[in-house]
Amino acid sequence: MTRKKRRLYMLGLALLGLGAATALTLTAFQDNIVFFYSPSQLQTQQVGDRNFRLGGLVEQGSVRKLTDGVTTEFRVTDTAHTIGVRYRGQLPDLFREGQGVVAEGKLTGGVFVAREVLAKHDETYMPPEVSEALKQAGVYKNPAEGKTAANTNAPPAATKKE
Amino acid sequence: MHRFANPARFLRLSALLLPWTAGATVILLIAGLYLSLFGSPPDYQQGDTVRIMYIHVPAAWMSLFVYTNMAIAAAAGLVWKHPLADLFAKAAAPIGAGFTLICLVTGSLWGAPMWGTWWVWDARLTSVLILFFLYLGYMALVNAFDDPQRGARAGDVLLLVGIVNVPIIKFSVDWWNTLHQPASVVRMGGPTIDSSMLIPLLVMAVGFTTYFITVVILRLRAELAQRKIQTLRFSVAGDGATG
Repeated sequence: MTRKKRRLYMLGLALLGLGAATALTLTAFQDNIVFFYSPSQLQTQQVGDRNFRLGGLVEQGSVRKLTDGVTTEFRVTDTAHTIGVRYRGQLPDLFREGQGVVAEGKLTGGVFVAREVLAKHDETYMPPEVSEALKQAGVYKNPAEGKTAANTNAPPAATKKE
Repeated sequence: MHRFANPARFLRLSALLLPWTAGATVILLIAGLYLSLFGSPPDYQQGDTVRIMYIHVPAAWMSLFVYTNMAIAAAAGLVWKHPLADLFAKAAAPIGAGFTLICLVTGSLWGAPMWGTWWVWDARLTSVLILFFLYLGYMALVNAFDDPQRGARAGDVLLLVGIVNVPIIKFSVDWWNTLHQPASVVRMGGPTIDSSMLIPLLVMAVGFTTYFITVVILRLRAELAQRKIQTLRFSVAGDGATG
């Protein structure tokens, strides 16, 4: 019995140590695990001339197709700060105003020139009729609210602004 | 728990259980697929593409569920030397790897039209890929030893080291900025998924679970039968040598 107990304690200790080591490693690499920066993070983060990803919401009414037909300009916002984006190419299905977006590229003269634009959706799923009914009743409540402000991961849903 | 670690008792109980779990799997998966494909509405943003969720999400849950069970079995194998614990981990590994592969492939198929990409190296996708490699590594390691007991012990250690990846997968979408959206069902403040879509999802998830139980019982019984054959062969060979 004592041997089993000892093995159990050893195992518990080993797992505790392993967990602590992993937590420390992940905290140390925090900046490298982040998939994108929000416009607010860019105010404090030095990105320089390198490629990085910018994430946020496509600002309402900001999407503009240029006359060449393939270039799109829009603004990405996290409601605190906003950055203008220029992108030449095809946009994903979910790309629309008010929806989440992650763009890869670099800053040139204050404008983010994107090489790739990915759409990001939030964690809300519902039938179209329910979304309509909620909008009409004006009771649509953004499920992402109440999360920490630092979590740009859950952009407010498009319907909220209407 | 010790009561069920006895192989003879397991064989008796599992024979009773098997028709029920197999029957439940067939019924649940047929009902679940019908509900997912015809009995549920399209999504307000994603349209019919959202139906990939009914396979993708249960497969993802199962990949974590199976791994966690294997790690618990590994702990039981190391600490209490249960005869069935190591066999369970070995029997469950290919099923868990299968679920993980389904999760990765369906996720990729879903990401292509919705996100605009098949794959990105964000924290969620990368940690699930690591889980897949953990399953493959476990299977390779366990079979790399001539002595099955030593193989099982090495595999147990790998499983327990890999368990740190499970909370990382679950919380990756909350801890870091990821392209993958945060959790919709298992989250603080209740699900953010309409009940007309949640019910088919849960039916599929229960169906996947009974499928796992059914197949793991079948694999365990086969493994026990093989062990018995081996023992008989050895004793016959032993008798031949002495006689």
